[in-house]
Amino acid sequence: MLAIGERINGMFREIGRAIRRQDPEVIQRVALRQVEAGADVLDVNVGPTAEDPVAAMVWLVNTIREVTAAPLSIDSTKPEVLRAGLQAAGDRVMINSTTAVPERMAALFPLAAQYNCPIVGLTIDASGVPRDAAGRMEVALQLVAACLEYGVPTDRLYIDPVILPVNAAQHLPTEVFKAIGMCRTLCDPPPKTILGLSNVSQGTTQRSLLNRTCLVMALAHGLDAAIVDVTDEALMEAMIAAEVLLNRQVYCDDFVRAYRAAHAVQG
Amino acid sequence: MELAIPVEQWSGAVGTVTLGATAEQGGTRRRTLTLGGESTLPFLRLEGAIPNPPALAMEVLDASPEKWPEPLRAPFGNVLDDPAAWAVKCVEEFGADAIVLRLVSADPQGQDASPEQCAETVRRVLQAVSVPLIIWGCGDNDKDNLVMPACSQAAAGERCLLGTAVQENYKTITACALADGHLVISEAPLDISIQKQVNILLTEQGLPLDRIVMYQVTGALGYGVEYAYSILERTRLAALTGDKMLSMPMLSVVGSEAWKAKESWLDEPKWGALERRGILWEAATAALFLHAGSHLLVMWHPEALRLVRAMLTALQPA
Repeated sequence: MLAIGERINGMFREIGRAIRRQDPEVIQRVALRQVEAGADVLDVNVGPTAEDPVAAMVWLVNTIREVTAAPLSIDSTKPEVLRAGLQAAGDRVMINSTTAVPERMAALFPLAAQYNCPIVGLTIDASGVPRDAAGRMEVALQLVAACLEYGVPTDRLYIDPVILPVNAAQHLPTEVFKAIGMCRTLCDPPPKTILGLSNVSQGTTQRSLLNRTCLVMALAHGLDAAIVDVTDEALMEAMIAAEVLLNRQVYCDDFVRAYRAAHAVQG
Repeated sequence: MELAIPVEQWSGAVGTVTLGATAEQGGTRRRTLTLGGESTLPFLRLEGAIPNPPALAMEVLDASPEKWPEPLRAPFGNVLDDPAAWAVKCVEEFGADAIVLRLVSADPQGQDASPEQCAETVRRVLQAVSVPLIIWGCGDNDKDNLVMPACSQAAAGERCLLGTAVQENYKTITACALADGHLVISEAPLDISIQKQVNILLTEQGLPLDRIVMYQVTGALGYGVEYAYSILERTRLAALTGDKMLSMPMLSVVGSEAWKAKESWLDEPKWGALERRGILWEAATAALFLHAGSHLLVMWHPEALRLVRAMLTALQPA
């Protein structure tokens, strides 16, 4: 599974403060800690409070690039912030994210084509988040159609079927898991699937337990990538064990160490 | 209607390993041997690159092989009791890409040669030939742990491949390789999980991935080789899908396995001419391991080696 580290987000108090004070040390420490913990990609989000989000994104990307060449997921709802982040990062990037609202797709899919990079597409359209798996597939098809229209290979699209907090919408995880499985039949090559995982446990008291259980269930349905707290050791170990049980990693007695060692080599 | 050939895009590749060190690299080899690097299945150039062809090594025993059948002894003439002369013949006359020196004399159940005697043989073979050397213990763990350090030191800087590290006994040989600049054969009993486990043990001791060659103990044609094929194939697929801990090049022992089969040596006229049978058994076994994804074959009979070389040439793109 492609593990995308979620911690560099202005929404977190420590990161928000570091952005405002332009304190590179905090950002670089969090970046390296996530790479060491097994992140394949680092998500970069300036958060809601940055005064000049474009400048903040460029500063964040440059600050991270000083210490690691890990791929970056440039995370914003604003096309100009995304564009600035992609430009600063150079290669090894992905766009996080677009919805299926036509104006947004028209702004962001050409960026994915221009930078030849993966793009996350949320199954959200003008009327919001669909209620069930079938509704998610309808929106996913619009995202696939946009790939074809703007010249982005369909396997560069990561469809996020949007999971919501389980304490608010308890029927949803089942629909999301179904949608993950259905995405494989959308086109050839099929789009990949991704989840912003931590959302499922917002406002609950057992966040780590819910996160890792949800991740394992989603993996069993074919999930390819997830934006997660990679520093949650129990979560990463559950993911590694699931990969072994799904025959995505060859078993050996020290399969957790083998996974981590192989990732250390790649990083 | 035009037929589109489906082409698989692999996310990983086989790692690259180089045996032997030249004078500039701190050794005395005139030739080095680079294995691996493929981003596709064996011979399938359609889907990726094959930067290095498979290599054919020949095995030299440090004690005269009294039990070898006549068809196997014949091509070697009178060199079978002189490892250095035997090695020279393999390289100069038969075109071996590397020499495997098997230290059978160290076996405590047999001659029980001393570590110093074995090290002296290593020195003599290194002086006699200029191709990379693979130094292989007698298989008795306790004795090998005494013999290998002496042989490793005698070959320091030559970037030899030392064999073998197994799950129960890997620390001494890995320490030797680290101290003297060699590489290690990571051995498993036809088990992909144990192969991965031995690899992780070696890397955790500090040996880089590009100094490990994998070896699954296999049989020959007719003796469960189908199972070996599927294990080697699965290992290659793991490398191509990005599993770094199974991405090293693979070695297969062909000669000794093929000539163990009774079909190679039993004087049974109904089975065909004895002079050709063992050779064909060895060549067919070798061809099979190459198709399964092996990078380095350890051969015995020069005529079998010639047949395999001809197959490799025929499968090269024009």
